[in-house]
Amino acid sequence: MENVIVCKIITKNLNAYFGNYQVLKNINLSIPEKKVTAIIGPSGCGKTTLVRCMNRMHEVTPGAKVEGEILLDGENILAKDVEPIEIRRKVGMVFQKSNPFPTLSIYDNVAVGLKLNGIRKKYILNEVVETSLKHAGLWDEVKDRLNIAGASLSGGQQQRLCIARALAIKPEVILFDEPCASLDPISTKKIEELILELKKDYTIIIVTHNMQQAARISDYTAFMYLGELIEFDNTEKIFTVPKNSKTEDYLSGKFG
Amino acid sequence: MNIYKKRKIVNKIMITITVLCTLITLVPLISIFISVISKGILSINIDFFLNIPKPVGEPGGGMSNAIVGSLILIGLSCLWALPLAIFGGVYLAEFGNNKLGAIIRFTADVLSGVPSIIIGIFAYLFFVLPMKSFSAISGAFALGIIMLPIVMRTTEEMVKMVPNTLREASLALGISRFRTTISIVLKTAMPGIITGIMLAIARIAGETAPLLFTAFGNRFWHQGLDKPIAALPLQIFVYAISPFDDWHRQAWAGTLVLISMIFIINLISRKVMKSSYKIY
Repeated sequence: MENVIVCKIITKNLNAYFGNYQVLKNINLSIPEKKVTAIIGPSGCGKTTLVRCMNRMHEVTPGAKVEGEILLDGENILAKDVEPIEIRRKVGMVFQKSNPFPTLSIYDNVAVGLKLNGIRKKYILNEVVETSLKHAGLWDEVKDRLNIAGASLSGGQQQRLCIARALAIKPEVILFDEPCASLDPISTKKIEELILELKKDYTIIIVTHNMQQAARISDYTAFMYLGELIEFDNTEKIFTVPKNSKTEDYLSGKFG
Repeated sequence: MNIYKKRKIVNKIMITITVLCTLITLVPLISIFISVISKGILSINIDFFLNIPKPVGEPGGGMSNAIVGSLILIGLSCLWALPLAIFGGVYLAEFGNNKLGAIIRFTADVLSGVPSIIIGIFAYLFFVLPMKSFSAISGAFALGIIMLPIVMRTTEEMVKMVPNTLREASLALGISRFRTTISIVLKTAMPGIITGIMLAIARIAGETAPLLFTAFGNRFWHQGLDKPIAALPLQIFVYAISPFDDWHRQAWAGTLVLISMIFIINLISRKVMKSSYKIY
């Protein structure tokens, strides 16, 4: 941690609620730019809620509210005058379960973010679809059948299609919410390699249940427990010399 | 006796009873089909589709005006009722989790239970009396009111069935709520909604009572939307209670055409519904 780290996202005293139930308690976290940050912790500890706050998706759930600040490049994205749509275009998201649009073709699944935001020029769309699919490592598998339904691909391919879809709107940050939770080991490996490739251009935050996965692909790791951020550090340090006893207990499998 | 043997026997008896019950419920449907087809097929000919009714007492003629009239009435009803019903259904599904939604839902359920003749009288008061004439418009108004609750509630159900993950996926791409609802949610729900529309059309195609005071019927080609217009169910009704054998035969032919139309609409809607499960 000697050299200067640029932080893409900084949360300040972040509290999040579902109705009266407090899910996040005073989270202060700084996410470094163009690195992979893993968020680990047992089920229900608020990992998903934390990343959903970062692209204003938390508020989509009825009864959900959030307090505090999240700075994206120094600008508070939770401020009242900020349009959530703008934030979501900068902070893309890949969900736990792959969710391609069933009525759309592979091509349209990737192009949909642009098309529905008013970009209709064929040559732009063609180029974006191709580069996004290539970036997501799916191009060679689907380039001859871009017009079939996105839902007809295999689970792992669908998840990479969802990554391509997120890349197509050219975000700066990509949130991965347990992207491999329902995938087989080979598909998981592909996604992990992809994430390592993507961190050259994007800031990546990945929620994961899988500690080995966090150790394999992340540069930084945040450990959360019962809505609190227990520890945040270099992944190597977290896994070798955790400062907090809870982190150590979790990593050694005593709970979780 | 061994308990397993006993269970097998009981099983067989119960299956026999359920099969019998099914067959009994099919009897009315099948007998209607048989009588309509056997009697209608004899009277149906090319003249029936091409000609308008002959003057009273003259044999021959057809129901082309009634077939076209029915299509016009159905088209007009869809024109005003479908957009309202679909947008209403989307509202109920996406934003209707409040008091207003509950009121609309209750009203729609009551409306779908109102006897169609009452809806006819309502249309008579609203259109026929002020316009001082029976008209296609008033008929379409009455039929549209019948369609409204059916299509609205099916739309609501179908939109609710669209998984939330798709809405979230779309919103997370920076797509506005409006575009998400129209281009993603509604598009995904469309096959189901179309089935609902087809069933509603099948329902109004056979409605007679609400047309008695509104479309009224007409023995000539339609002369404008503000004038009385012929419709198949009306024509069948008039012909069936007439004293002429030729008219009776034509009533059977009309019945056959009407039933075939509804049957085809049902088939199409089933086809559309099936394709929605298909992964292509």
